[in-house]
Amino acid sequence: MSSVQIRDVRKSFGNFEVLHGVTIPIEDGEFVVLVGPSGCGKSTLLRMLAGLENITSGTISIGDRVVNNVQPKERDIAMVFQNYALYPHMSVADNMGFSMKLRGAKADEISASVKRAAEILALTPLLDRYPRQLSGGQRQRVAMGRAIVRDPQVFLFDEPLSNLDAKLRVAMRTEIKELHQRLKTTTVYVTHDQIEAMTMADKIVVMHDGIVEQMGSPLELYDTPANQFVAGFIGSPAMNFLKGSVKVNGSAYFEGPNGVKLPLKSAPANSDGKPAVYGVRPEHFTIADDGAEAEIVVVEPTGSETQVFAKLGGEQVVAVFRERHQFNPGDKVRLKPDPTLVHLFDDGTGKRLNG
Amino acid sequence: MADIALTPRRAKPALREATTWDQLKHNKNWLGFWFMLPAMAFLIFFLAYPLGLGIWLSFTDTRIGRVGHFVGTENYEWLWDDAIFWLSVFNTLLYTSIASAIKFGVGLYLALLLNERMPFKAILRAAVLIPFIVPTVLSALAFWWIFDSQFSIISWSLKHLGLITQNINFLGDTTWARICVIFANIWRGVPFVAITLLAGLQTVSPSLYEAAILDGATSWQRFRYITYPLLTPIIAVVMTFSVLFTFTDFQLIWAMTRGGPVNATHLMATLSYQRAIIAGQLGEGAAISSAMIPFLLAAIMVSWFGLQRRKWQQGESND
Repeated sequence: MSSVQIRDVRKSFGNFEVLHGVTIPIEDGEFVVLVGPSGCGKSTLLRMLAGLENITSGTISIGDRVVNNVQPKERDIAMVFQNYALYPHMSVADNMGFSMKLRGAKADEISASVKRAAEILALTPLLDRYPRQLSGGQRQRVAMGRAIVRDPQVFLFDEPLSNLDAKLRVAMRTEIKELHQRLKTTTVYVTHDQIEAMTMADKIVVMHDGIVEQMGSPLELYDTPANQFVAGFIGSPAMNFLKGSVKVNGSAYFEGPNGVKLPLKSAPANSDGKPAVYGVRPEHFTIADDGAEAEIVVVEPTGSETQVFAKLGGEQVVAVFRERHQFNPGDKVRLKPDPTLVHLFDDGTGKRLNG
Repeated sequence: MADIALTPRRAKPALREATTWDQLKHNKNWLGFWFMLPAMAFLIFFLAYPLGLGIWLSFTDTRIGRVGHFVGTENYEWLWDDAIFWLSVFNTLLYTSIASAIKFGVGLYLALLLNERMPFKAILRAAVLIPFIVPTVLSALAFWWIFDSQFSIISWSLKHLGLITQNINFLGDTTWARICVIFANIWRGVPFVAITLLAGLQTVSPSLYEAAILDGATSWQRFRYITYPLLTPIIAVVMTFSVLFTFTDFQLIWAMTRGGPVNATHLMATLSYQRAIIAGQLGEGAAISSAMIPFLLAAIMVSWFGLQRRKWQQGESND
């Protein structure tokens, strides 16, 4: 186990720069999730960490060693690929022991390591099978087993769950987290799924267009997103954004689209009349007599909660209620955002304005 | 629901006994037979019939212009004692084994090379196919000139380099002649092997190589443990075809040497042609051709077992 330091790393393909100076400190034993939409550079960064892509500038160190020019096999990392990359002509045991075989380990040493890893992942009965004979989840576990056998300093996961069906994905999510709690190996995990990021990470790094938008614990990102991008990316259903301006007229409030009046706990300094974006999470709406009038468009009950799509000041917003209201499309309701939990963003830069 | 079910159906027309023809009209196998018929007719007329006729002729003393009589295995008995026939068998085996082995080696090397990232890849891949698309007789004629005893460009170049003083008698010397025809066959056969193996290489997922790199495999180990095992099914197919084509080669030899000098490059196919068509002994020529069948069957059996689905290819895919 060791820490990983990514310092001002850039990556260009020809003249096209895909990573514009990324700095991420990763502590020993930490589970870090790189999350972002497709094309944000997260997989490229992971592949640079693995040594599969060159580093254009900046440094990556594992432990105390700068690994920019270190061969992948000498970086002491193990990677789990999106498509598992299991060797189809080798049995599960051979797949898992391949790295040791290449290193010239003795046969009994290899089988002992493979057995140990297989026990951790409950793969023992499958050791003689071939990848084709395994289900998606089992293949995923073999890919992890191959990583565990190497006993690396750092585990790298490249969207490992995206080829699994929804139910299995949830199960494997828990399994990977549990595995990390047991082995305590530094882990860097890439995904585009913010729910995976929220549920698994010690630290989330939100990336967008080759830069780090924000990093922090899942709840930090959820409670105080640094900008509108992070606010919109983290959380499901996504945060509602309403354009308008801040008003300080005795007490502070926000004037939304079509003059809708929305509550603010306090206005940032010198913000009277300033155009801004008002962000409110769907779960932070309540039905209250002093709320803003909205017309319900669609109601989607999921059992545990109800999602309500409504027109608020002409803009569509979504609200989530855990309590069961009787809603029908066309109904008028009064939606009130919780003023202590709303977010204000700069209209131009998208930066967070309130504390 | 209930009243729909209770609605009386319209009365059906009176049932009549289904004739055999009626049954056939609805029989999928019968229909399938008709779909197969054109292909079957083609194969029967152009493959099965000539093969059967050839085998029948080999048991007769037919000559061109004269109907033969059944003579049993007489033609084969003659061949058994015919040194030239055995020389042609030896030549064919030598020609096939050396040419196929080198074609495999060079083809695999080219395929691996063309699978790498490099400039002008598309053009190079197309260029590799050129020997394959030039008509065999044309390329054989070109080789004939290249290996000509007087005007050979190789002799000319070597003389100007001062390496030799006299022209090499490429097609006049038995050893040189064998080398030359094998070389020409390799030149012509390599593209087929290379392009087919290249297609096979491209089915290997790049992430397997990345996984192997992370597992610490050197480029030789990646070939030895990943590429080669995954390529074996395709190697089996391509080499079977390569061996069959080489074993039955006729055009190249006939255009370059006509089997000479002193029968040193006579293959079974060329000897058969010479005896049957040139000399008119159809029965004997057919016997030589038929004698190739066991060898070809053996080659097919080897690939049949080589092609058996390996254990790792079996099982259900859950993708």
